[in-house]
This record gives sequence, structure tokens and C-alpha cells, in this order.
Amino acid sequence: MATTAEDLAREDKLQGLGCSRKRKEDPRFIQGKGTYVDDVKLPGMLFADMVRSPYAHARIKSINKDKALALPGVHAVLTAADLKPLNLHWMPTLAGDVQAVLADEKVHLQYQEVAVVIADDRYIAADAVELVEVEYEPLPVLVDPHKALDDDAPILREDIKDKDNAGQGPRKHPNHIFSWEVGEQEATSRAFDEAEVVVKEEIYYPRVHPSPLETCGCVASFDKVKGSLMVYITSQAPHIVRTVVSMLSGLPESKVRIISPDIGGGFGNKVGIYPGYVTAIVASIVLGRPVKWVEDRMEHLSTTAWARDYYMTGELAADKNGRIKGLRVNVLADHGAFNSHAQPTKWPAGFFSICTGSYDIPVAYVKVDGVYTNKAPGGVAYRCSFRVTEAVYVIERMMDVLAQKLGIDRMELRMRNFVKPEQFPYHTALGWELDSGDYHTALTKVLKAVDYEGLIKEQAEKRSKGELMGIGVTTFTEVVGAGPSRNCDILGVGMFDSAEIRVHPTGSVIARMGTISQGQGHQTTYAQIIASELGIPSDEIQIEEGDTDTAPYGLGTYGSRSTPVGGAATAMAARKIHDKARKIAAHLLEASENDLEWDIDRFKVKGVPGAEKTMKEIAWAAYNRPPEGLEPGLEAVNYYDPPNFTYPFGAYLCVVDIDKYTGEVKVRRFYALDDCGTRINPMIIEGQIHGGLNEGFAVAMGQELPFDAEGNILGNTFMDYFIPTTMETPHWETDYTVTPSPHHPLGAKGVAESPHVGSIPCFTSAVVNAFAHKGVTHMNMPHTSFRVWQKIHELSLDKRE
Amino acid sequence: MIPGKFEYHIPTTVDEVVALLGEYGDEAKILAGGHSLLPMMKLRFAEPAHLIDISRIGEIKGIHEQGGTVRIGAMTTENELIASELLQQKCPLIPAVARLIADPQVRNRGTIGGDIAHGDPGNDHPAAMMALDATFVLRGPNGEREVPANGFFLGTYWTDLQQGEIMTEIRVPPFTSGTGYGFNKLKRKTGDFATAASTVVLKLNGNTCADIRITLTNVGPTAFRADEAENILRGQVISEALIEQAAQQVMAVCEPAKDLRGDEEYKTHMAAEMTRRSIRDALARAKG
Ligand SMILES: Cc1cc2nc3c(=O)[nH]c(=O)nc-3n(C[C@H](O)[C@H](O)[C@H](O)COP(=O)(O)OP(=O)(O)OC[C@H]3O[C@@H](n4cnc5c(N)ncnc54)[C@H](O)[C@@H]3O)c2cc1C
Repeated sequence: MATTAEDLAREDKLQGLGCSRKRKEDPRFIQGKGTYVDDVKLPGMLFADMVRSPYAHARIKSINKDKALALPGVHAVLTAADLKPLNLHWMPTLAGDVQAVLADEKVHLQYQEVAVVIADDRYIAADAVELVEVEYEPLPVLVDPHKALDDDAPILREDIKDKDNAGQGPRKHPNHIFSWEVGEQEATSRAFDEAEVVVKEEIYYPRVHPSPLETCGCVASFDKVKGSLMVYITSQAPHIVRTVVSMLSGLPESKVRIISPDIGGGFGNKVGIYPGYVTAIVASIVLGRPVKWVEDRMEHLSTTAWARDYYMTGELAADKNGRIKGLRVNVLADHGAFNSHAQPTKWPAGFFSICTGSYDIPVAYVKVDGVYTNKAPGGVAYRCSFRVTEAVYVIERMMDVLAQKLGIDRMELRMRNFVKPEQFPYHTALGWELDSGDYHTALTKVLKAVDYEGLIKEQAEKRSKGELMGIGVTTFTEVVGAGPSRNCDILGVGMFDSAEIRVHPTGSVIARMGTISQGQGHQTTYAQIIASELGIPSDEIQIEEGDTDTAPYGLGTYGSRSTPVGGAATAMAARKIHDKARKIAAHLLEASENDLEWDIDRFKVKGVPGAEKTMKEIAWAAYNRPPEGLEPGLEAVNYYDPPNFTYPFGAYLCVVDIDKYTGEVKVRRFYALDDCGTRINPMIIEGQIHGGLNEGFAVAMGQELPFDAEGNILGNTFMDYFIPTTMETPHWETDYTVTPSPHHPLGAKGVAESPHVGSIPCFTSAVVNAFAHKGVTHMNMPHTSFRVWQKIHELSLDKRE
Repeated sequence: MIPGKFEYHIPTTVDEVVALLGEYGDEAKILAGGHSLLPMMKLRFAEPAHLIDISRIGEIKGIHEQGGTVRIGAMTTENELIASELLQQKCPLIPAVARLIADPQVRNRGTIGGDIAHGDPGNDHPAAMMALDATFVLRGPNGEREVPANGFFLGTYWTDLQQGEIMTEIRVPPFTSGTGYGFNKLKRKTGDFATAASTVVLKLNGNTCADIRITLTNVGPTAFRADEAENILRGQVISEALIEQAAQQVMAVCEPAKDLRGDEEYKTHMAAEMTRRSIRDALARAKG
């Protein structure tokens, strides 16, 4: 504990845990000095471009590549037939299914990759794409997932039509992927039968796209002489990519080097493996030249991993006082043409069963059915842990619906049902152990900050004048930090993560992690953790990630797992070094280890003023004259397998005003209180919360990927797909409480996804609440002016006297 | 998003443009700010073999007043329109429209001539030009001709501009006292085209509406004038009831296409709502 001014100065100098250190990555990004995949230019590099299907479902009758091959500068045109001898025309997905790399006999979605052209430059490649002649026989298209299991539905996946298991359990129809059940069905039914009050709502969570600013791409470079492959790739999980590439190509994993350079946002979109990557790698191996593939925005929005697309039926059973007796949720999940959502392998619906939320619910039952349709494959965790956004959405919506039915204030209903502080660790009806929380305090703080009573009064006045004002609320609990390897793996690799820390003789540090930053600021925050653990200033600590040749194996960054898992590994590795440093210090000070105490950046001999050794002095000694029996050097590796997930939570409140003649929704106020346990860097936390709120706002108010009846994707450019700018983005007010995680070495929980997960239902809550006095209980997203106006018009609220 | 091959020409006089247009015929396209043409080329919806960049032609840039009309060079950018004090004084509707077009990048390069010549029903200048009763100066192999904005827009991406012609200037009569304008544009977000927009220019004589033009954007195959709605108001003292009648009349003539901004019904209602607001704004401004 720092007490004197000198102590405080020493501590400040470290810029450790809890300080708002400025982001170390920003100078290079602000100056345009980042290195993204598309900045990588290798000698002799060729360019790939894709021939894509105009149809959502069609048989390929023939492909003629003669004209394309005749174009000067074209090196190769590859189709499924070319990949077949290598057994690379299909690839395994993370979900136990297979996905076509290049369409094999059939196309299953519009824009599907049919052939890849490799040429001297990007322009020739694009010209050649137009010269590849593909003859299609259009087939009936399946767009509506509700019709997927009909007897007369077109069968999409002929390649697996006779399989009764597509990798995630038994299936009941050729278009069926899996059924996943959790909880007690009978006991839940009983709770509903006996309940005084029951509510039910159909809730659709539309298909949206994470849409990072940087699209996906790679540069594959195969060295024929060394027999080694290097791939620069936009990946949130480079180590898993290495394993998969090795398995697919037959190259030893040691001869495959994957580098994730700077990444312009991922948001779950950059976890999986895409056909573009595989074809670039194959082309590089075949041609012995580096091959770059970078998709454009339309290709990105049309074919790479999207999120959500859940048709949810939520039901709550309660008594007259609003105490919840049971929860039941049925989901129809549209997975597109291949089941390639990115989830831990054993979790076909991710962590959707966290849908009991922040509430003490005695019994629950959840069933999710996944089906195929003629759409892009996906279903990834868009700035959330796997399917947690959907789960939080359904329970928060249902809480509002129940409150409305009972005529109990929505805040009061939540207060009555919250898991109480003394109940932690709390075991949910669907099998989770919530580590810590204090939900009452959080909500109380928010209500006070926004003067909730005042808002209610104002709303009543507005309503009496025919104006539309809505107040939204969410009190969410997330589950992040996947995860304990007994529960979570990807293709059999446990979801631990890792850190390797090396202290140099002069006391500076290089540390590498198995995670990979895509804007989260790992270079800044990991250094702060090490700084506090080792007493070495953050600025002397270099953090590196993303190069599989140098970084220890890790599962990557998504699902808010970096702080809960990677951050824990970092702290644990630092503690190993700390332990060794103590031994060296004891030796140098000729004292027993037990007589030493740690003081910010040095060990002191208790009660002997001046008898002390700084970490810098210890580092030098580690390389100079370590104690006998102790190996020289000062470094450590930790692979951290977390004992549990972490459960960040928050209470959000939103106020909207609606223009009843245009349907425009104006967010007047948004108050976000987050509790992510111990706060490593408050400024980065706030930045992440702002970003997450912006994305939540985008999803709730505008993002969607709709399809027409022929399976043509609509809205796949930024003209339609909503990316809010500063002009649209509301003003955010942020706040916090701190309830540390009891099992994390630092007490930290992860934060960057909470604002996305938590804000989306809050916007819906506010919009619906503006119509609640007219009996409206739910409105589906996105709450565009058009859709909101339709509700206004249906209710004749735009009538003029 | 990679355009096909093309030849690039960069003439410095209008005569050279006319000569190049004559030489290459329908293989040639004029390139102004490029913010409509280049996206179409990147999508390969347009694949001109010859691009004639007119950005270095000084004679078709700038804004001045001459012979009682405000003259705007076709190659004047949106940002220049916004910054023009002359326009702010003589024809404030034009900068008001320009301000709501797209985003700063687009407004930096996009030109008034390109916005008009493109013939896109979503573009905002066409309706403004019709409401202002502007005329366009076109130069071609047979010399120069002047055509009124009303009648210039024939269909989607189809105008009276003939092959071989370039638009050189836009002429606008300046506002006289008692004139007011309204421009209301509903859009989903910055950078979006209008879901519906309505432009109104009216002149008051005392309290009576001496003249009025109401034009609409993106609710039909071209920008168009709502004559019958104008007739309801012309010669009248404008009241809320008459505004409502005019708005209803606007709804009767809209023919919007459904897209992700909304369906026909919504866009029709929004055209009416934007018209109500524009009439009210114009009235308030005319009263001073
Ligand atoms: C994201 C985005 C949003 C937009 N939103 C809006 C909006 O809300 N409202 C709006 O009005 N516009 C909008 N635009 C269009 C923008 O204003 C364009 O700049 C404009 O339509 C075309 O002007 P330009 O100078 O860029 O012309 P170009 O794109 O260079 O040319 C357009 C067409 O006009 C022809 N042409 C150009 N100049 C002449 C001339 N002098 N004589 C004859 N033919 C000529 C060209 O040959 C071409 O066919 C938007 C554009 C983008 C990219």
C-alpha cells in the first residue's frame, strides 16, 4: 500500500492496474502506420478474386474457364474439381459440419464461391472473373426457416442428406441440423400449469452482420524450397487457424506460420475459416508464389459470418406479485447453408442457456432447433459471448412483458426477482454458476441518477398530449471468458489461454499472449497487469500477439475472453516470475524469503531500512549471478484454464422520443452502468463501452440482412447496412460499480461486450414502452423509422384532427 | 468493386470535351465529381471505354450574377454551393439542399452539374431546380441551347441531355422579396438518399400566395412537380386546412418504389409529411 508521496510517485511511474493509461496502439493507427493484411506486399505476389453465384440455390451444369485462362496475366482458375484431388473442395466447420470451399456440383447461397481466379494484379483478376462461364440450373429456394422442415421443402444439403447426424446430434429432416435441449421440461410445464400468471411472446432477433471496418483477407506464401507456409490473415484466433491449416494441408504444424497483423475490428466475424483463405493457400502451394485475397464490402456482408437470426418464443410463469416461477424458451435458428457458426464445439446454441438472466428463476427449459436455408453460413458471437445477446434479449423482453401484464413497474419487477447478493455463487436453473453480483445496488444507482420518478411523470404528461415517449430498461448478466476446458473446446483444443513473459537483464520486458487484439488495447492493458505484478513500468513492457511462431498457443480473442483468460494467464505468469525474483532477492539480501516484503517495485527486508532490491536489480542478478541451484534467466509461461466463466452485469436505462409523423426515434438519454469487476484501465473500459453502445444502437435501430423470395441478399452495402456515424450516435452516460470475480486472479471479468449485449434490449424496451399505453408488448428490431411508423399508423396515432 | 478498363482524357476547354464526345460517341462518359459514376463503374453497371474528366475546365466552375440571373458553373462542387455568399443572399435554397447531400467527402467532389445530369430520382438538385424554375445551358456539336428544368427530367437516369452534349451552366432567377422556401428531407442516416423529400418555393403577395412550386424527390421515377397541389394553394391565404389538402394531393401523385427505406405506403405518407413541413417553412420564411 502506497502511503508516502514518494511511494505514490513510484506507483504512478508504473502505470499499473487501475490507471487510465493512454492506449499504446493509437499513435500508429492515428498516423496511418498500422500494418493490416492488405498492407502486406511480398515480392512476386499474385492476386485472387472470386467467381460467385448469382443464384441462392442452383445446380452447376458446367464451368468453362478457357476465356479467363486466355487473358494475359491470369495464372490459374481453380474450381471444386481442381481441389477435389487434394480433398480440399470441402472443409470442416467449427460446428462439426462441412462447408464447400468452392461450390461442388451445387450452389447453396447467393454469392457463394464457385471458382477462384489468380492473376498478376487485382484488375486482371476482376476482368478474368467476368470471363469464367458458369451454367446454372436454378433450383427451388428455401428462404423461410419455418418452412425448412416441411415435407415438400427443397432439400439443400444433398451431400449429407442421408446422414442422421450433422455433427451436433440426431436430426429429423434433411434440412434439420440439431435439436438442443437444456433444463427440466416436465418440471417447467408443471410450473406453468400451476402459475397464477403466464405470458408468452414471439420475438425475432434479425440476422445482422458484425461488419468490422476491415473486411477479411489473407496473404498466403508457400516456400517450395523449405516446404513451409506463412499466412498473414485477418484472424481473431491465429493459433487455431494454424492447427486447422496443418490438418487440412498435411503440412506439419511447425512448418505453418500464421500471423494476424493489425486487425481492423473483428466482432466475431474473424474467428472462422473462409473459402478465400483456403483457396489463397492452395493457390500459393500450387503456384509457389505469394497470393493475396482481400474481399470487398459486398462480398464481406454477403458471405462472411453474420450473427443472430433467432426466432424465439419466450414464456414466463409467475405469481400475482410478479415472483417468477418458471421460464420456457423455444428457438428456431436459421443457420444458413452450412453449419459453421463459431461456438465452442459442444455448444450448438452457444451459451444461450444463460437466458435466466439476473433473476432467481426456480425452473427453466430451453429448446433450440437449427435448420438449413439458402443463405450464408454463420451465427457467430457479434460482440458477445456465444448467443448471449439473444439470451439476454429474450429474458429482458419477457421481464417487460410480464411487468406490463401484471401492471407492476418494470424496475420493481426486476428488484423482486434479482438474485440477491448473499445468494452468490448462484446456481441457475440451467446449470451456470454466477460468480458474483450486486444487481440491486446497480439498478438503484441508475434510477437515482436519471430521476426515474421524474421521467415517469413526464411520460404521463406527454401521453396525455398524444406524444410518444419511451423509457427502456435492462438489467443484464453476461457470461464471458470461455472457458473451463472441461466445458469448452474448439475442435478438441481446450479453451485455455496463455502468456509468456521474459524479463530482460536490464529489467525491461517482452510478453506474448495467445490472444489477439482487434482494437481492445491489449498492448496497453496487459502491460499494466505485468507492471503491477512485477513493479516494472508499463512503458518498458512490450506486448506482442498474433504470430504463431513466437506467441504461446492460445484460443484467441472473442467472447470477452482476453481479460478473464489471457489476463489471468498474464497475472499467473507474472506471479511465477515474482516468486523466482523473491528467491533471488533473498539471496542478494542474504535474508530468508519469509523476511522479505514486496513494496511496489522492490523487495525489502522487513524491519531493516535500506535493505532492499528493486526488480531491475533482481533482473540483472538473474542473468549475472543467480543463487546456486536456481537456473539463470527470468521468464515464465502460464497456460490458464479458468475454473469458471465470469459474469459481468449492468443496469441500463434509455429514454426515447418518437416523431409520430415520420416514425423517427430520437434517443434522448442513455445511461449505462457496468460492473466488470476489477477495472484494469478505466479509460479503455469507457472507450469499449462507448463502442459497444454504438454497435448496440446500430443493431437495435438499423442493422439487418434481409432476403427476397429468391434468396437474393438485400442491403449488402453501406448505403443500406447501418453503421452509425457521430451524426447518428446518441450521447452516452456511463457509470460503474465494482464487484470483483472471486475466482479470477485479478478479480476482473471482461467488459467490451456488455454494452452491446445490454443496450440492444434496452433500446427495444424504450421503443416498445412508448406504445405500452396502447397495449403494445413487443416490436421486432430494427426499429427503423419505417417500421416504427407502421406501428404508429396501425394504431392511428398519426391521425390529424 | 474493380472497374473495367478505360481510357482517361483530361481536356481543359469545353470545345475539347465536345470534340472528344463527338469522337467516341456512346463509348464516352463525362466524369465530374465521380460520386455517382465511379460507384456504377466499380459495380460494372457502367463500363465506359473513355472517361472525359472535366475537372480542369475553369470556364464551367464558379458562381456569379449576370443579366439578372444567378449563374452556376456545372462543375461547381456542393461545398462551393454551401460556402457561396451570393447564393445565400439570392437563392438560399441551393445551399440548404447541398448541405443535406451525402457526407463531407462526397460534397467535396460532387458537382451540381453531375447531380442534375445523372438523372437519378434520388438526387436532390433536380427537384430544387424545378422549384426554382432554373434553366440549363447545354453545349453540343450544334452549339449551345438553353432548356428549362421543368421538362428536362424524362425518366430514371434519362434526361433531355443528348449524346454529345455537356451541361455547362445552371441559371437561376434570384429570389425577390416575399419569396420563401422550404426543403425537408427524410433520410435514414447521414450519407443516405432521401426516403422522401419535398421542396417548396412560394411567393406571397400580402397574405396571399401569389405563386408556388412544390417538387418531390425519390417518390417517382424522376423528380416531379405536384401541380395540382400547387393549384390548391395558389391565389389563396394558406391555412393548415389547405396545407392538409395539398399534402393529400401530393399523396395522390406519388409513385415511389419499395426498398429498404420503406414501402410505397410509407414513402407516400412521408412525401406528404415533408410537403407539409416545407410549405410551413416556406410560408414562415416568406413572411420574414
Ligand atoms: C454515399 C453517397 C450518398 C449520396 N447522397 C446523395 C443525396 O442524398 N442527394 C444527392 O443529390 N446526391 C447524392 N449523392 C450523389 C452525389 O451528389 C453525386 O456527386 C452526384 O449525383 C453526381 O455528381 P458528380 O459530380 O459526382 O458526377 P459524376 O458521378 O462524375 O457524374 C454523374 C453522371 O453525370 C454525368 N455528368 C456529370 N457532369 C456532367 C456535365 N457537366 N454535363 C453532362 N453530363 C455530366 C456523368 O457523365 C455521369 O453520367 C450521393 C453519393 C454518394 C456516393
